[in-house]
Amino acid sequence: MTRMISYEARDTWIHRLTGFTKLMFFIIWCIVSALTFDTRVLVTMVAISAVIFAMSRTEWKQISAVFKLLMLFMTLNLFFIFVFAPYQGCEIYGTRTDILHLFGDVYLTKEQLFYEFNVLLKYLNIAPAIFVFLVTTDPSEFAASLNKAGVPYTFAYSFAIALRYIPDVQDDFTRIRNAQEARGIEMSSKASLPARIKNVAAIIFPLLFSTMDRIDVVSNAMELRGFGKKNKRTWYSYRRPGKSDAAVMIFAVLFAVAALVLTYYDGSRFLF
Amino acid sequence: MDKKLCIREVVAMGIGTALFTVLTTVQVPLGFVPNTALQPRMAVLAFMSAVFGPIVGGVIGLLGHALGDALFYGSVWWSWVFPEAVVGVGIGLFARKYAIKEGGFVSTKTIVFFNVVQAVANAIAWIVVAPVLDILVYAEPANKVFAQGFFAWLGNVIIIGILGTILAVAYSKVAGQSRDLKKED
Repeated sequence: MTRMISYEARDTWIHRLTGFTKLMFFIIWCIVSALTFDTRVLVTMVAISAVIFAMSRTEWKQISAVFKLLMLFMTLNLFFIFVFAPYQGCEIYGTRTDILHLFGDVYLTKEQLFYEFNVLLKYLNIAPAIFVFLVTTDPSEFAASLNKAGVPYTFAYSFAIALRYIPDVQDDFTRIRNAQEARGIEMSSKASLPARIKNVAAIIFPLLFSTMDRIDVVSNAMELRGFGKKNKRTWYSYRRPGKSDAAVMIFAVLFAVAALVLTYYDGSRFLF
Repeated sequence: MDKKLCIREVVAMGIGTALFTVLTTVQVPLGFVPNTALQPRMAVLAFMSAVFGPIVGGVIGLLGHALGDALFYGSVWWSWVFPEAVVGVGIGLFARKYAIKEGGFVSTKTIVFFNVVQAVANAIAWIVVAPVLDILVYAEPANKVFAQGFFAWLGNVIIIGILGTILAVAYSKVAGQSRDLKKED
């Protein structure tokens, strides 16, 4: 189970940004990517993501396994779009140019290829942003900066707890699964469906119940230390936002406005 | 519960999200429908929502799905993240009625009620919200996203109906037991 992306401490300007700045950039990025279908904007976004990715000095091996999986999913998705609606592109762009006769009355059209290319770009420009965000953001610093940005600290803290306990729960899970497999439980598709559900239950049961115990233990410990008594708290790993934070925020907002104007000024998000 | 979240809920949100995220990769292939799998993590989400209520359920769904997507698949499908929160909130709204921690989740009536609620919450999430978001964001073909949505709904209703119900009944039996000493005969 090592193919999960995780934070790695380095010293680049992206690592030094506060978690809140990076989150804001990421959210703006996602919104722009969701709204636009303008190929120029999408290509620019992919290029900027690639530059940011290079600047974060993320190593390929940190993300390669996940990236391959993402590629597989994208290929499947594009394939199914074609299977379900081979003329979706023609409907969107209002024209039809056949390139290739496949079979029956199914033709490969230029518009369909162009539409699916845009969908691919929409996925591609988010991926590097996510990789960089996850690899360069320290969870405790992130919780601190969320709280300083106005998120109630109970929520910020539960987010910190989530990130803190993912490896622990993962360990529990691996241990329980190994134990159950050693007892001869079949997890693959060789077993019948009811049997498979039963076998998964054999792992989920102990895992869920130990998690409920863990919730009790942790919340008792926090209660004993007076968590939640005051309206404010201080954070050990808090970092003051600097000039580069401001610069990134301004860039993100300007970019979003420019991209959306470029996308919508002709009245449709698809045409240019 | 007052306006501020109590400590148990803060912790449940955090650790629940961690559990949901870890279970992202655990899938039971359906077999007869290609490329679809039952997600046991949905049973965990239903259980957590039913025990801790709508806020915890919604946060676990939203955050857990987004984190799981990001950590394991390197992308976040927002159009499928928000429906997850809808399921958590929907099931959580009736948390008091199930009374899982008080040992009330043993009668047939409660179990049927829980399953009706989860089927409806899942229907709103996967047959309405998810396909509509897919169409708005990715302009994907309507028949594809509604077909996907339908199978997601079916899969989730099955896994929550079986695994979620068993988990809730088992926990209710353990948690609701009287811890008082009994007089020996």
